[in-house]
Amino acid sequence: MIREFGFIDVMYLVGAARWTLLLTVTAFAGASVLGLAIAIARILPFAPVRWIAAGYTHIVQGTPLLVWLFLIFFGLPLIGISVNPWLAAAVGFSVYGSAFLGEIWRGALVSIAKTQWEAGASLGLSMAEQLRYVIIPQSVRVAIPPTVGFLVQLIKNTSLAAVIGLVELTREGQLTAAGTYKPFAVYITVACIYFLMCFPLTQWSRSLERKLDVAR
Amino acid sequence: MKYGLQFRDVFAAWESILEGVWITLLLSGVAMVGGLAIGVLCAAARVYGPGWLRRLVGAYVEVIRNTPLLVQLFLIFFGLPSLGLRLDGLTAAMIALVINLGAYTTEIVRAGLEAVPKAQIEAGHSLGLSGLQVFRYIVVFPALKAMFPALASQFVLMMLATSVVSQISVQDLFHAASIVQSRTFRDFEVYTVIGVLYLSLAFAFRGLFAVIYRLAFVQR
Amino acid sequence: MSLVEIREISKSYGTVQVLKGVSLDVAKGEVVAVIGRSGSGKSTLLRCVNGLEVIQAGTIRVDGVQVNDPATDLRKLRQQVGIVFQSFNLFPHLSVCDNITLAPRVVKKQAPEQAREIARDVLRRVGLEGKLDAFPSQLSGGQQQRVAIARSLAMQPKLMLFDEVTSALDPELTGEVLKVLESVAQEGMTMILVTHEMGFARRFGSRVVFMHEGRIHEEGQAAAVLAEPQTPELKTFLSAVLH
Repeated sequence: MIREFGFIDVMYLVGAARWTLLLTVTAFAGASVLGLAIAIARILPFAPVRWIAAGYTHIVQGTPLLVWLFLIFFGLPLIGISVNPWLAAAVGFSVYGSAFLGEIWRGALVSIAKTQWEAGASLGLSMAEQLRYVIIPQSVRVAIPPTVGFLVQLIKNTSLAAVIGLVELTREGQLTAAGTYKPFAVYITVACIYFLMCFPLTQWSRSLERKLDVAR
Repeated sequence: MKYGLQFRDVFAAWESILEGVWITLLLSGVAMVGGLAIGVLCAAARVYGPGWLRRLVGAYVEVIRNTPLLVQLFLIFFGLPSLGLRLDGLTAAMIALVINLGAYTTEIVRAGLEAVPKAQIEAGHSLGLSGLQVFRYIVVFPALKAMFPALASQFVLMMLATSVVSQISVQDLFHAASIVQSRTFRDFEVYTVIGVLYLSLAFAFRGLFAVIYRLAFVQR
Repeated sequence: MSLVEIREISKSYGTVQVLKGVSLDVAKGEVVAVIGRSGSGKSTLLRCVNGLEVIQAGTIRVDGVQVNDPATDLRKLRQQVGIVFQSFNLFPHLSVCDNITLAPRVVKKQAPEQAREIARDVLRRVGLEGKLDAFPSQLSGGQQQRVAIARSLAMQPKLMLFDEVTSALDPELTGEVLKVLESVAQEGMTMILVTHEMGFARRFGSRVVFMHEGRIHEEGQAAAVLAEPQTPELKTFLSAVLH
């Protein structure tokens, strides 16, 4: 039965956006843990660790997100883990995000002057303590604007989870479009909801960036 | 029961895969050329244009950069027909990719133009060069050099992102995967092979851009 | 026994040899001023003593512990060897108190209150007891450098290294830092200073070492070396810095 595209459908779409946000938050949490490890691995004074981390970054960034989602969706069962779209998407986005966050955070870590490491080392701090107490606290300020920018990328990219059947905003849009035969109105609405989620973050990221530039 | 990986059937379908590679390259090429053209025009409009044009371009950039490519694609392919504009998948894909990449390149080109120090432009003017001459002799080269790395990585990201066109049944590399998958039932192997192919394309593009950069900008 | 024993050390960056067989002994309580042109290797020599730079040949011992032995725990060594840098290198995100107490708390596991007491004490010694809760960016260059000295003192080191600590300061601010250095020297601290302050070297350096092209070119009692340079290189150097 064909129904009209009305207010109730718009509300359904807005409701589906919470799954987009939940997936974004989940993916960001996973990507943060992995990404921090990658960022630190890339500045350690042990070349093999650096190479592995750099290799991981290049491989993940050189492959489409869709491929990762499918590899994980079809690959996890092979090692005996039963998957649902949520798990596959959470793992897929965490892997994908970790490469980008790792790169952003590595840049923030290396932006801190070498003399700060030396000052810490000269006081007898271990490498881990130098990172924990001297380098990371300072690099957070540098890292925040691009990290917020990355969050926008993540929100938009979660739309690809629709492809493995996870019902979030884009998938809900597809279902609504099929039910109402009003694809233009539906997708414009979907785009508007994404815009309302992303644009404030984009602006925030920019203002943080400007503040940082002024502080320098 | 242990699952044994087996690639033979996947490699047997190499013709479908190769066709997919071709479509992916075609889409990437169109997106890069079209996106760059839009980016240059819009960046020029944004830096040198009148106020209303700047705001228009700004709105275009913001709308595109704050919505997903997949939704843009659906809007063009599924949405436009209800307004009476019916496009085949490949055309819709090309339009979506060009519009999308155009917004990103606009920002990159603009940043490149603005990276040229004001003092150099003033120095050019004070030497008696006209506006166009200042642009031609003082702005273009350093601006290109400043924007090239960002453009190159955006292009590689775009090449990878073209995979979403499979969702409107364009027969690109990612779509080839689903065809081979339905024929061989070797899901994981198919996506591994496709992944390696994308990775090779990404490295090839990066290598190509690195060579262009060296030829054009280093030792000058 | 000498507190610091440097024996025939060599150090290269790539193909450039910056230290060519340098030997130096510093006794406990001694104040040694290292002078020389920039690029003569004097800062590198200093940074080798606490293991910030790796040497290719020779040995360095501090209080009997070999610095350039891979088995040596540099963290332990560095707790005994303070260094103050030309560019202060305070931690900009930490208050003066936290700058000073970070290492005592983290490395020596001191209780926060005890560390804070020590911070008060060392700040008093550098004349900045009022700045306990200030941030580095709120201080003048001279004050920042005094905090950096206090930060080193808080670890109660046996030896302190000073790497051109007044070179980054405006002339009117060097006096306050030199005064702090004098009082630290009077307390009996063993000190090696790389410095351009000849007046200071003359008054407080029990010994002056002149480095030239990666070698110790001339050394001796401060007053004698500065008043009667033996080599033309030192004569040239002195006439350049004194005018």
